[in-house]
Amino acid sequence: MTKNMENYNVNEKGYYGEFGGAYIPEMLYPNVEELRQNYLKIMAEPGFQKEFNQLLKDYVGRPSPLYFAKRLSEKYNTKIYLKREDLNHTGAHKINNTIGQILMAKRLGKHRIIAETGAGQHGVATATVCALMGLECIVYMGEIDITRQAPNVARMKMLGAKVVPALSGSRTLKDATNEAIRDWINNPVNTHYIIGSAIGPHPYPDMVTKFQSVISAEIKWQLKEHEGRENPDYVVACIGGGSNAAGTYYHYLHEEEVGIIAVEAAGLGVNSGESAATSVLGKEGVIHGCKTLLMQTQDGQITEPYSISAGLDYPGVGPMHAHLCKTGRAEFISIKDDEAMTAGLDLCKLEGIIPAIESSHALAIFEQRAFKPEDVVVVSLSGRGDKDLQNYIEYFKI
Amino acid sequence: MNRIHQKLQENKKLLSIYFTAGYPTINDTVSIIQDLEKNGVDMIEIGLPFSDPLADGPTIQASSTQALKNGMTTEVLFDQLKDIRKSVNIPLIIMGYFNPMLQYGVEAFCKKCQEIGIDGLIIPDLPVDEYHDEYKAIFDKYGLINVFLITPQTSVERINFIDSISNGFIYMVSSASVTGSQSGFGDEQTNYFKRIADMNLKNPQVIGFGISDNKTFTQATNYAKGAIIGSAFIKHVTNEGINTINTFVKSILE
Repeated sequence: MTKNMENYNVNEKGYYGEFGGAYIPEMLYPNVEELRQNYLKIMAEPGFQKEFNQLLKDYVGRPSPLYFAKRLSEKYNTKIYLKREDLNHTGAHKINNTIGQILMAKRLGKHRIIAETGAGQHGVATATVCALMGLECIVYMGEIDITRQAPNVARMKMLGAKVVPALSGSRTLKDATNEAIRDWINNPVNTHYIIGSAIGPHPYPDMVTKFQSVISAEIKWQLKEHEGRENPDYVVACIGGGSNAAGTYYHYLHEEEVGIIAVEAAGLGVNSGESAATSVLGKEGVIHGCKTLLMQTQDGQITEPYSISAGLDYPGVGPMHAHLCKTGRAEFISIKDDEAMTAGLDLCKLEGIIPAIESSHALAIFEQRAFKPEDVVVVSLSGRGDKDLQNYIEYFKI
Repeated sequence: MNRIHQKLQENKKLLSIYFTAGYPTINDTVSIIQDLEKNGVDMIEIGLPFSDPLADGPTIQASSTQALKNGMTTEVLFDQLKDIRKSVNIPLIIMGYFNPMLQYGVEAFCKKCQEIGIDGLIIPDLPVDEYHDEYKAIFDKYGLINVFLITPQTSVERINFIDSISNGFIYMVSSASVTGSQSGFGDEQTNYFKRIADMNLKNPQVIGFGISDNKTFTQATNYAKGAIIGSAFIKHVTNEGINTINTFVKSILE
């Protein structure tokens, strides 16, 4: 770390600068406090590390390749590498975190697992590890998302999970998260809540970030093999709550020469009223247990975001990212639905890879922003597009 | 002297009622408060509705959603309450989630509460530690009592800490649950009530969550200074409207 550089990691009180903390009802205090006191200790245990790494290797299929995208690079006249999280078991980066948290839950003696899910990727990743460990799994999912994401609902059921519809509010991810929190309040002793994004009360953002940091740890040695250096000029990731981004940035946060680019969903346009561009539209506020940037009314009511991508359709952003935005450490770019869809199809044609629509947002920046020919740009390809086929079909009238 | 302190000194068990401001219709706030006082309620929690009330069950969630649809905001509530002290004498507490207060400005919010004659606040998602470090000085400056929650899972050490920084009463959550999800108290709960009563805390306790009728009110106040009813009252208002508040209160106090 450079001497004068800001600290971008969490501090002892659970804050990233002014963002973070644990804004939770007293009913959740014992659970969150138990986790806070134990998570670093447990993660540092050699036995835990061994089991975690073994599962990432044998079960998830890590390391995921760092792939030099030759034709895409030619098109944009710069050097583009794709970190292939889409090749993980279950099709996205989400499994890195659920493997870590299921091992954590076991060591804390919890035998009932709950999770929230939007598009269903985190729900599937949670149901998967619960099946693997033989633990009871309940996934909360907005009623509207259940209809929109039927294949993932079926996957979760096949994996033995119970999918409970969230019927309150807008019946999407935000409300599924509320319902999961309510479940945790009602079941404080035997239950662990596996949060899927880099959000929630401390220590969740830090714990999720650390489990996902395997992404940037691998990029470092893989890029060294490709380019003879560990540090690219830029790392790029899409951001909803920000878990794949947190993992992609983690080992580069304090490497000053590495530019960090965060790509948000602009939906129909930042000023259209149908957007999820939190860095532009959000103000400091409290959601789901942390202080962060949050889309809300003048009166402090949380508003409904919109994006064609269910995984980016969240009104807040993880507190680490809010801090990266506020300090200027990360450059935030907003990408509209249309731009993301076009970039997604482009990757299919140029590289033979069908990306998740979330990841397509990250790919769309090459139309927005110029890079030098000698720049090395690593983009997190956070998930594969199988789950989005219906969206692609409807959008492109395939 | 703060009205909450005065009320706690009265030699009786206290009935406190929670309702969601702006529900069932936007302009019911003042008449509900006046009616509750007239019928012998000792203390009122005025719920400032929030879009994402994560400690509340379906009843209070639905009333909050409706209140917001009706147009309730922090500004509107303060305006409705501006003359409340001309007609109402019992303690009034605003209960709401932290984000709307944060957006209004915590100091501006507290100042406004003092001007109106609000006696205290209950903010379930503002943790004790955060309050203590960041906001206590502001609350004290405007003479507001902040009420903290304890639950059956709260450790003895933490109960003593909460007791030490409380200055009014402690809100005892009857069981591990969101609001409105209990029916009747079993041994587990009465043992917990007794355990807390035996701690002889500096602050009296008022029990909430799961109080819905005369039986649960009596069970709770056997061990505590008072009890709070929320969801059951909202259900009554939903089913019967606001003209029979007297029958509801009578059914509790019998």
